[in-house]
Amino acid sequence: MNSTSALLPDRPAAEQESPVLIVDDLRTQIHTPRGDVQAVDGISFTLGRGKTLGIVGESGSGKSVLGRTIMGLYSTGPTMTVSGRVLIAGKDVHTLGASGLRELWGSDVGMVFQDPMTALNPVKKVGVHLTESLRRHRTMNRAQAKAHAAELLNLVGIPEPRRRLDQYPHELSGGMRQRVVIAMSLANEPALLIADEPTTALDVTVQKQILDLLDRLQDELGMAIVLISHNLGVVAGRADRVAVMYAGRVVETADAAALFGLPHHPYTEALLEAIPRLDQPPHVRLAAIDGAPPNMVAPPIGCRFAPRCRYAQSDCTLAPPSLDGAVTRGIATPGHSFACYHPVNAGGQ
Amino acid sequence: MGPILLKKVGELAAVLLIVSFGTFMLVSLLPNDPAVSILGQGREPAEYAAVREELGLNDALPVRYLDWLGSAVAGDLGRTVVPPYTDVLDRIAAALPVSVELAVLGMAMALLFSIPLAMWSAHRAGGRVDRVISAGSFGVLSVPSFLAGLLIIMVFANQLGWFPRGQWVRISESLGDNLYHAFLPALVIALAETALFTRILRNDLITTLQEDFILAAKAKGMSARHILFSDALRPSSFSMITLLGISLGRLIGSTVIVEYLFALPGMGSLVIGAANTGDFTMVQGAVLVIAVIYVLTNLLIDLSYGVLDPRIRRAHV
Repeated sequence: MNSTSALLPDRPAAEQESPVLIVDDLRTQIHTPRGDVQAVDGISFTLGRGKTLGIVGESGSGKSVLGRTIMGLYSTGPTMTVSGRVLIAGKDVHTLGASGLRELWGSDVGMVFQDPMTALNPVKKVGVHLTESLRRHRTMNRAQAKAHAAELLNLVGIPEPRRRLDQYPHELSGGMRQRVVIAMSLANEPALLIADEPTTALDVTVQKQILDLLDRLQDELGMAIVLISHNLGVVAGRADRVAVMYAGRVVETADAAALFGLPHHPYTEALLEAIPRLDQPPHVRLAAIDGAPPNMVAPPIGCRFAPRCRYAQSDCTLAPPSLDGAVTRGIATPGHSFACYHPVNAGGQ
Repeated sequence: MGPILLKKVGELAAVLLIVSFGTFMLVSLLPNDPAVSILGQGREPAEYAAVREELGLNDALPVRYLDWLGSAVAGDLGRTVVPPYTDVLDRIAAALPVSVELAVLGMAMALLFSIPLAMWSAHRAGGRVDRVISAGSFGVLSVPSFLAGLLIIMVFANQLGWFPRGQWVRISESLGDNLYHAFLPALVIALAETALFTRILRNDLITTLQEDFILAAKAKGMSARHILFSDALRPSSFSMITLLGISLGRLIGSTVIVEYLFALPGMGSLVIGAANTGDFTMVQGAVLVIAVIYVLTNLLIDLSYGVLDPRIRRAHV
């Protein structure tokens, strides 16, 4: 599979038809009373039209902060410092300014949130959620917006859209609400959709429906998707490329098949082992990763995963391994990078 | 909606019954003998006894209460027991519009001031504007209303001469003149309420602004103004609306200081005057009317929750 969405800072962009999203050395530092937290620490990638990048990591790895920083919802201010560059459809998010961002949001980029129970305003009708966004970015009168809103509900697979427009969010099920949230984020056919744990709050059967829906909409509308999840299972089969995040950094990134087939970073391997499997015999102990993610106010100096890593050696704690180091050292194939001095499965290529 | 309304009305009837009995009993605790109030000192004991008989004061308590309540429901609150012996209801009918107007205008002003102030505060919580508004509202709350009233009269009526002091013009005479005369007293009432509403609404807004749906609205490109007015205000207004109901009911009978400062013929002055002269039928009637208004206001507030939040409409059915 030849991917046009690359996760490599050093790969020339000219190789792809102008990417929808370019993230270059993005850093988000959150100032807390206990000290500064480097929540996103030097992340770079590009994402082409119609492609999906899965971002995986456990809670606190910085995935959601990354998503919101890409959106520009987080920017330098009293509580945080953002550096690096984000280009969405060619627009530099962090130099757009407040009014430029408001033009960008909801038209060039949409966002789907984790919990559909809280992402919709409880006192607003479903229809208003959709029409206000439509009328914000397009010139439509009330009736046109309402008709278009009904089409959107139809698009996301909600039956009886006309009737649903006049209902309140609490009158819909969780899965229906998430469909409304998706319809809302897609109202103006954005080039990029950031889906932050879009299925985490839903039960398993509904999860599949929602992910299938995103797949179908991506095919129909051609948007790029950043799919953020703590669940490898959600990302597998949906993403073209996958980036595994740990403690604010990408530790391994590759095409989905390569990453799941032959992970090189011990953390990725451990994550894959921690997935419960139906084909295992009963009463087999589920593999878990010992320890907890590092204290991000004072992270380890070397590899941040080293304290929990079963392959760690003394050099791991000296200096942090770089993401493209493995490629330059010739241990990895281009397009599959990982930040590790002692990769697993390294002989298997 | 029907069953809820019925249940509420039932509850309120019970409350009113208790309040009316309290009112009735309260008056029999007054130190002055009503007969002495009516006739004055130094008459024959037989004359006092005759008056008591005429007033029905010698009947058993429950009988007297039911008599009084029956007439009250029929719209007869009796006559004042001191000169000029007028009809109690007529006196109330003259004073009540003044108090209601002051309270409603005061509340409207308070809302008009406090909603933008609270939004401005909450929008940049912890910022300079927020700190100034917080300090300001603390300041206003700590100034007693008679002092604020005097200051306002001094500045706007005496120094600048923009508004009149005293003289009440009834709405029926001229709406413009009426509002012109009501403005300053309503402003005095609005001051403390504005400070209170601003603090309450600011805190609730700050909580609401952290909700996901606010972030979602932002991610759709909605403006800060749209988010504040269209998304945040309604879910944040419950505490303030509750407070509004309590204040509105309370103000009808307790704007005495403002009425006194501006020489206005409202309910507060009426009740105080009646209490001072031992006019117990007047006190009873006024307190009953105030209680009814208070209870009805709070019924409206209760019903407004359903308008504010569709989930409540459903929960009650």
